[in-house]
Amino acid sequence: MSADLNIILPEIILAVFAMLGLVGAVYTGKDKVASLLLWMTVAVMLAVALWIGMTREGGHLAFGGLFIDDAFSRYAKVVLLVSGAAVLLMSEGYMTRKGLLRFEYPMLVALASVGMMVMVSAGDLMTLYMGLELQSLALYVVASLRRDSLRSTEAGLKYFILGALSSGLLLYGASLVYGYAGTTQFGGIIQTAVHGEVSIGLLFGLVFLIAGLAFKVSAVPFHMWTPDVYEGSPTPVTAFFATAPKVAAMGLFARVMHDAFGQAVADWSQVIALLSVASMFLGAIAAIGQTNIKRLMAYSSIAHMGYAMIGLAAGTALGVQAMLIYMAVYVTMNVGTFAFILMMEKDGQPVTDIGALNLYAKREPAKAWALLFLLFSLAGVPPFLGFFAKLGVWIAAIDAGMVWLVVASAVASAIGAYYYLRIVYFMFFGEDRGDTLDVGKSTPVLWGLLMASAAVMILGIVNLFGIEGAANAAALSLVN
Amino acid sequence: METLILFAPLVGAIICGFGWKFIGERAALWIATGLLFVAAFFSWIVFLSFDGVTQQITILRFIESGTLSTEWAIRLDRLTAIMLIVVTTVSSLVHLYSFGYMAHDPQFEGETYKPRFFAYLSFFTFAMLMLVTSDNLVQMFFGWEGVGVASYLLIGFYYRKPSANAAAMKAFVVNRVGDFGFALGIFGLFFLVDSINFNDVFAAAPTLAETQVSFLWTEWNAANLIAFLLFIGAMGKSAQLFLHTWLPDAMEGPTPVSALIHAATMVTAGVFLVCRMSPLMEFAPEAMAFVTIIGAITAFFAATVGLVQTDIKRVIAYSTCSQLGYMFVAAGVGMYSAAMFHLFTHAFFKAMLFLGAGSVIHAMHHEQDMMNYGGLRKKIPYTYWAMMIGTLAITGVGIPLTTIGFAGFLSKDAIIESAYAGGSLFGFWSLVIAAAMTSFYSWRLIFLTFFGEARGDKHTHEHAHESPMVMLIPLGVLALGSVLAGMIWYNSFFGHADQVGKFYGIPVAEAGAHDDAKADGHDDAHGADHDADTHAAHEADGTAEAHHGDEEMAHGGDHHYAFTGQPGEGALYFAPDNHVLDDAHAAPKWVKTSPFIAMLLGLGLAYLFYIVNPSLPGRLAENQRPLYLFLKNKWYFDEIYDVIFVKPALAIGRFLWKNGDSATIDGTINGVSMGIIPFFTRLAGRAQNGYIFTYAFAMVIGMALLITWMTLSGGAE
Repeated sequence: MSADLNIILPEIILAVFAMLGLVGAVYTGKDKVASLLLWMTVAVMLAVALWIGMTREGGHLAFGGLFIDDAFSRYAKVVLLVSGAAVLLMSEGYMTRKGLLRFEYPMLVALASVGMMVMVSAGDLMTLYMGLELQSLALYVVASLRRDSLRSTEAGLKYFILGALSSGLLLYGASLVYGYAGTTQFGGIIQTAVHGEVSIGLLFGLVFLIAGLAFKVSAVPFHMWTPDVYEGSPTPVTAFFATAPKVAAMGLFARVMHDAFGQAVADWSQVIALLSVASMFLGAIAAIGQTNIKRLMAYSSIAHMGYAMIGLAAGTALGVQAMLIYMAVYVTMNVGTFAFILMMEKDGQPVTDIGALNLYAKREPAKAWALLFLLFSLAGVPPFLGFFAKLGVWIAAIDAGMVWLVVASAVASAIGAYYYLRIVYFMFFGEDRGDTLDVGKSTPVLWGLLMASAAVMILGIVNLFGIEGAANAAALSLVN
Repeated sequence: METLILFAPLVGAIICGFGWKFIGERAALWIATGLLFVAAFFSWIVFLSFDGVTQQITILRFIESGTLSTEWAIRLDRLTAIMLIVVTTVSSLVHLYSFGYMAHDPQFEGETYKPRFFAYLSFFTFAMLMLVTSDNLVQMFFGWEGVGVASYLLIGFYYRKPSANAAAMKAFVVNRVGDFGFALGIFGLFFLVDSINFNDVFAAAPTLAETQVSFLWTEWNAANLIAFLLFIGAMGKSAQLFLHTWLPDAMEGPTPVSALIHAATMVTAGVFLVCRMSPLMEFAPEAMAFVTIIGAITAFFAATVGLVQTDIKRVIAYSTCSQLGYMFVAAGVGMYSAAMFHLFTHAFFKAMLFLGAGSVIHAMHHEQDMMNYGGLRKKIPYTYWAMMIGTLAITGVGIPLTTIGFAGFLSKDAIIESAYAGGSLFGFWSLVIAAAMTSFYSWRLIFLTFFGEARGDKHTHEHAHESPMVMLIPLGVLALGSVLAGMIWYNSFFGHADQVGKFYGIPVAEAGAHDDAKADGHDDAHGADHDADTHAAHEADGTAEAHHGDEEMAHGGDHHYAFTGQPGEGALYFAPDNHVLDDAHAAPKWVKTSPFIAMLLGLGLAYLFYIVNPSLPGRLAENQRPLYLFLKNKWYFDEIYDVIFVKPALAIGRFLWKNGDSATIDGTINGVSMGIIPFFTRLAGRAQNGYIFTYAFAMVIGMALLITWMTLSGGAE
């Protein structure tokens, strides 16, 4: 038992921290200590990430296979904790100014992070659901953090109802799987497939599971909540939605597919390929019509999940590796871009209309160039990192013989380049309409994160800062 | 030292082209020129001290890809050494000359154009050196294309003139045709030999001669096919018939460029290529016959056209074309050494003729029509004498049956004798007739320009002035070469086999009627080497008697040598059955004197036409109008090409542009991006209506679709 607890010590620490913080704040300064609590949360998350990244080795099972701690889960945990901490850091200034910084916020983020950590470590359908719900419940609340705003509460409510529907689908799938496999453990489910064919009932369960997971990564056609929730939530919360939970959901997706259904790759790979193509095209096409940068980023993230799913659809270790690298790059790009969005203000009010960026390069060349780097990278223009991330999943797909998927995604990314480049066009060549952004609205944290992620986009092409090795080890630990 | 020679022009080009803003225009020009003179100085040292042993100097690893392994290296042998001095000497003199010629240019009033010009010249020199020093075909191709680019830039130097731009493009496009053949030849060699290094290619030449390859519609002998393809490349670069049309138009470039690129160096690259590939060519008799025929026809054709041109530069351009034909005939009959000899001497006198013509043009305020010249002898005496020496050299003035004469006399006669000895009577007679015509048009140029009455604009004639010293010094140096180059190096290029062999580093063995010689002939390679060494040793005393150049004596005398050695040994390769050198020396007396007689004939006729009775040419042109027009219009090559190639190409291009590019590609893209995608964008926007039941409905429908899909595809297993 103590060995099991040892394995989930990081999760325990974070969870205990969150609960203590919550109780402590209630009995002390409440919202007055929110800022301090936020900084502490950031510190604890980074410390846990560092700890996970540095010290653990090999693969361990805890609680009789309910919980898996291996290179894959560690990679995903480090990425999601670091990105979650970065987003939390970004939100401090914004939320303080808007009067939104309640002490529950950092605690909810911490609890969501615990949920995500459990998700990527799940070794059983039960653990899976537990982690998923812990994460989701925390996210439903933060989505409607601005209680007096109609849009924010609407976003939270929509997310909650549709999330409940997806949970229902997922649970139905889990029960089908249990019914046909006789076990909820991934290790047991995969055994049933070894002996002969995968039964049709199991496949039905698989599809329902996929649907539930696809909701979390906002893959088409389970994406409809994304634009509305992204737009309605406070911007820092949107930034959080776009980063860490996506990593966790993709990690869980890969975990379930490979650990539980590793024998039926051909069956699920085509479903995922289908979702992937639909997501890429819808993300690219629908974003063209958007003028609100938060909605635009919502469609952008739908499209990017499509690209990441290419790696998953390949069904190989190389594919998982490419997917993990893609997620890391995606998260970095989004942190930088949202750092910029948080700085978009006019007369002290946040602005989300991309028209306000007209001729921005004339007034703030450094930030405009940084955003240009990020947008080019998001569009997948060489030599930026986003291109190499795409190249990675393409190579994996071609290796797996899915050339059509690569061609389709190349077409989609060509279409998608339009709306990224349109922003660049506005910034550098647009016309002056007068309703321009305030100049010099930046805090050191936001400015630093924007510049750092922009720099990563070009410096990372040297060796991806060495994450390739970690991603490779992670992929190998998952796919046998 | 070789590396220094190679890179000095490149450094000059970079400093001059990019650095003139920092160091000043004048300093930039002098640095480029100075570096070229340094390169020329070292080239002469290399040439004179070269011992005939092939050296390879690796500079860097160039391309490693699969089995293709290429180094960037300098292959220093006699061929390279010859080309080094030709290129660097002419180039440095042309740099110097350009100080005067390019001093004032009405085309670029108030602009800085000289650093650009000098940078291009230096860059050209670098590319040309890269070509001649290469030790593999890929490196050579880089140099080959490099000189093409430099040529393009320099022909189009006056880029505000539409005709200059058209000429530059024409040169580039026509060369593309040749380069296509050259590239195919390189690919073919790589395909067959799995290497493009000269050493490997030469070693494989005997095998290639016995290999058959399928290409296009039939089977070919590999050696013949490769040699033929490589020669196509040479034809383009050296302006041989059918691919010659760019050279006369290239005269749109400034005159120093014509002298350097379109007379002395770049256009001879084709001849160099054929000589460089002699180990392969020797195994490709059919291809060689083709080379001979093309060369002979070109020599004849270009000479006929040169007879009636009135633009001074075009006359010399056709003359160049014709002389290149001579060189190819020599190479075609297997006498590569004679081809190189003519290349060497031609570089001096033709560069001088061009620079002299430039001096005349300079004096006459950029008037190029000879019909507006006349009586310039007194006004520009130095130029007159330089042109005179050049003409004496190109027409081949000398004392028949001796080796005393101007440079062209020795080298041209060597080629004509080789053509006769090589058994190509067609080549022989073409060249002799062409020699008569060469003499005619060359003297016509002199008579029209320097003799008779002043014609054309009086004002221009009154202001005609001698060129400055920087232009006259190069003329003087080149005049020296035109007079002496032939006599000094005659024995090295076209003496007895042992002398030629020593010069090129080819092993020779004594052969002939004597018993001991026969024994030698049966000896193994080691014996032959030893023999060559002995002869090299006591060649010093043998030189004295051979020096008189009496070929009859040598033939009947004690010494009779034959080339031995394997392909790739030494700079050139002569097959064991290649007796052209000996046969040429043994040619009948009438053969040896025929070019001289042809020259006298041309001179006499020119004198009659342009000094004694200047009205005669006009009357003849009237009487023989169709022939005159035929020649005047250059055999209508441009017109025929225009109908056969240019117009259809333009038509296809326009069709593809209008229907393919604009209508299909642009149309599709515009249709998709402005019609279809916005439609779907609107559709997606409408689906996102904000109602939660719509969203849930979409999820359920999606779920149903996925289940159906899975049932249909997965359930079928």
